[in-house]
Amino acid sequence: MTTVTRAYAVSDSRRVPRTLHPVAWWVWALGLAVAVNRTTNPLLLLLVLAVVGFVVANRRTEAPWARAFKYYLALAVVVIGLRVVFRSVFGSGVALGDHIMFRLPSIATPSWYSGVRLGGPVSLEATLSAAADGLRLGTLICCIGAANALANPKRALRVLPGALYELGVAVVVSISVAPQLVESVQRVARARRLRAGRSKGLRALRSVAIPVLEDALERSLLLAAAMDSRGYGRAGPATRASRRITAALMVTGMLGLCAGAYGLLDGTAPRYLGLPAILAGAALCCAGLVLGGRRVTRSHYRPDPWRAPEWIVAGCGITTAVLLYASTRLSAADLNPTFSPLHFPALPIVPTIAILFAAVAGFAAPPPRHPHRPDSREYTSRRPEVADGTLEPDPARAPVPA
Amino acid sequence: MIDFDRVTITYSDAPAPVLRDVNLHIDEGELCLVVGRTGAGKSTLLGAVNGLVPHFTGGTLEGRVTVERRDTASFPPRELADVVGVVGQDPLAGFVTDTVEEELAYGMEQLAVPAPVMRKRVEETLDLLGLADLRYRALHELSGGQQQRVAIGAVLTPHPRVLVLDEPTSALDPTAAEEVLAAITRLVHDLGVTVLLAEHRLERVVQYADRVIHLAGDGTVTDGAPASMFATSTVAPPVVELGRLAGWSPLPLSVRDARRVAAPLRESIARAQPVVARARASAAAPLLRARNVIVRYGDVVAVRGIDLDLGADEVTALMGRNGSGKSSLLWAMQGSGKRQSGLVQVDGKDPKNLSARAARALVGLVPQTPADLLYLETVAAELEQADVESHGARSVPAREILDRLASGIPDDVHPRDLSEGQRLALVLALQLRAAPPVVLLDEPTRGLDYNAKRSLIRIVHELAAEGRAVVISTHDVEFVAAAADRVVVLADGDIVADGPTADVVVASPAYAPQVSKILAPSRFLTVEQVVIALDRAAS
Repeated sequence: MTTVTRAYAVSDSRRVPRTLHPVAWWVWALGLAVAVNRTTNPLLLLLVLAVVGFVVANRRTEAPWARAFKYYLALAVVVIGLRVVFRSVFGSGVALGDHIMFRLPSIATPSWYSGVRLGGPVSLEATLSAAADGLRLGTLICCIGAANALANPKRALRVLPGALYELGVAVVVSISVAPQLVESVQRVARARRLRAGRSKGLRALRSVAIPVLEDALERSLLLAAAMDSRGYGRAGPATRASRRITAALMVTGMLGLCAGAYGLLDGTAPRYLGLPAILAGAALCCAGLVLGGRRVTRSHYRPDPWRAPEWIVAGCGITTAVLLYASTRLSAADLNPTFSPLHFPALPIVPTIAILFAAVAGFAAPPPRHPHRPDSREYTSRRPEVADGTLEPDPARAPVPA
Repeated sequence: MIDFDRVTITYSDAPAPVLRDVNLHIDEGELCLVVGRTGAGKSTLLGAVNGLVPHFTGGTLEGRVTVERRDTASFPPRELADVVGVVGQDPLAGFVTDTVEEELAYGMEQLAVPAPVMRKRVEETLDLLGLADLRYRALHELSGGQQQRVAIGAVLTPHPRVLVLDEPTSALDPTAAEEVLAAITRLVHDLGVTVLLAEHRLERVVQYADRVIHLAGDGTVTDGAPASMFATSTVAPPVVELGRLAGWSPLPLSVRDARRVAAPLRESIARAQPVVARARASAAAPLLRARNVIVRYGDVVAVRGIDLDLGADEVTALMGRNGSGKSSLLWAMQGSGKRQSGLVQVDGKDPKNLSARAARALVGLVPQTPADLLYLETVAAELEQADVESHGARSVPAREILDRLASGIPDDVHPRDLSEGQRLALVLALQLRAAPPVVLLDEPTRGLDYNAKRSLIRIVHELAAEGRAVVISTHDVEFVAAAADRVVVLADGDIVADGPTADVVVASPAYAPQVSKILAPSRFLTVEQVVIALDRAAS
């Protein structure tokens, strides 16, 4: 193991740190999520968690959003716990030969409500299957969490098509406003003590809410003025006619999508309202986006490149998903094992390899750049001290041979 | 470059226009200083340059404003973004992205500057403003001066021909302000950018100005060369006041120019001793006694074991860089803020262990953003609420206190509509209603013009004369020279200097007021002291 990490570390130190294209991480994570959806085998799910954990630990930055992964893990644990508790309380009956762990006091429900049972015996089999189910959902959450930890959410929004740019900006601004709002609430709450006003009731709420809201409104006006004077929302060369056509395309497209969804869901609706309407609506919307994007005159500063590592990372995710889908027919029983009768789940070969393959992303992606350590100079100057406590002679200061 | 052709701007519901019949012509590469009292229309004039007024603020604009032959009537601010760059007072409020580099590129992205050009301009701007080491840093963790430089850089990258700055240094400490102003003057000289600059603390910028635009307050605007404009303007920095007093002509605008003509003045007052700003009773036992106060937020130690005694009838100025622990110390002494350890005693009691109401009766604090304390619709309602809150305190009603601090604030006005100075007076009145013996003011001079500062000095001296201990944290050296008896300088949570104003302030060039720089080695700090000395010499 040590040799592996060392070899890997050496290869890492030679590579130029850069951030991977956010879409590559999202494709990778969604691929894993799709794979997770196919199985309830706890061994496979734990393997996915291990892979996700490894990649996140290896390739995340020190940015605040990257530190959020542990909260997703905590959420996953809560999900598993909830699933088990619900299954125990709303027990769905015990089959013959189940192992009963304990009995909860059972509450009789009225006859017209007999479908639901409260309490009663809790079997090991039911608990295990609930835990596996919860584990699947929890792993899914962790996959999404990994994407959020690995890719800067703001950069991810930048890949939106030009016509949706405004939407992306709105999201980015609201993300950055949230911490300001928290800071402003803290400040006002602290200031309230200076006036010794009432500490409870509607008036207290008001004395915090009014200054905070006024502050927020003032800030948003300032931000809007700043954005306006920096060129946000320039009309560009678009003519009024082209803007109208875009709007018309988008509105009719949306109508088509709505009608299509209705037609598909409602069995009594006429046939032509289903799939055809959805397709037509989607086509119109796409046309609107393309036309709207054409009027956008904006450029991207340092767009994230899409190179070999991006292909590999995204490919890993897709391969895992495809392999798991393909193996569904081969080893259906191993992918979704039952716990009754009680037995240890088997580890099917193909899905295991597929999931392990996703871990390649952890090596294939370039190491991330540290925002506070812009270049590698600090790494190299520190390394000798860390290694053996002695400093290498500084070539710059070495005496010049006469 | 910029032309105002018979411009009159009236806001809706305003009885009179803010600007009336303004004719202005500003040439390429000029640094124009916009001066005038608070509310005279400085921000309106600056906003009109890129069309924020009236496109964004509302109101009506008669006449015509053109920038590079583009009429702001038909070009909204976003269409002028390639010509005019605007920087506001609070840089954080205007940031759209979250790292330095992205913020510098944002404006260019909107203008569809090609990627290679963007890359090059970002690098140039990083070097121009000395931001290269900060390129990947998050904006909110930068210091105030760095943030303001990033804000300037961010509007510079699209290469605008005009830069509009609305009080860019009002939130900065003296050193950071110098840093920003140095950057601005460099832009004028190196790039030939036309700059329009509004600034309250004129002493920092007059010397750099090519032209002064003076707003009289009644809507009229006059402009001319700095030396001739300042001979009569309603606001003036100390160097100009001293020049007017001594009758120097042409009026010197920098310390250097003033020193060169000040030899006779120095001679005539060489033997005079500067009178202390105000006579004080001899110090009795301290009103507030702080011992080994430590404030920390997580790993950051804001205040490192400070000892401080505040005496009755004493005005103490608390100075130091942004982030040196001034606010933390004030809040810790009031008892509402964090305090990890240490002791604070007022009247034998520690305000931290008392109820909010009792703490308030011992130490009153006016926070940096006074509006945080205001939540009712009218001034009268706020004052009544203060009377209820401080029921039983030995003090006159809040309305009387307010009238003494600042007369003529009507009852039915919304507190948000008051000027900075009036709002400060209102919050101070609310806090004084509890009759605290110790009064702390956290950066009250922010956004105040010379007249408002003068009345604040009067208020502070009156409070001290009533036997109170007053502490003011501020960056404004001229204010400190006129208002404070004692100066405490903090750095990184420690006290680095503590003593009478004259001793501390003269010791370092960054903190020395202009008058002392001009008249050194005599230890005069304010123009008033010089006036008194001259009077005595004459009689």
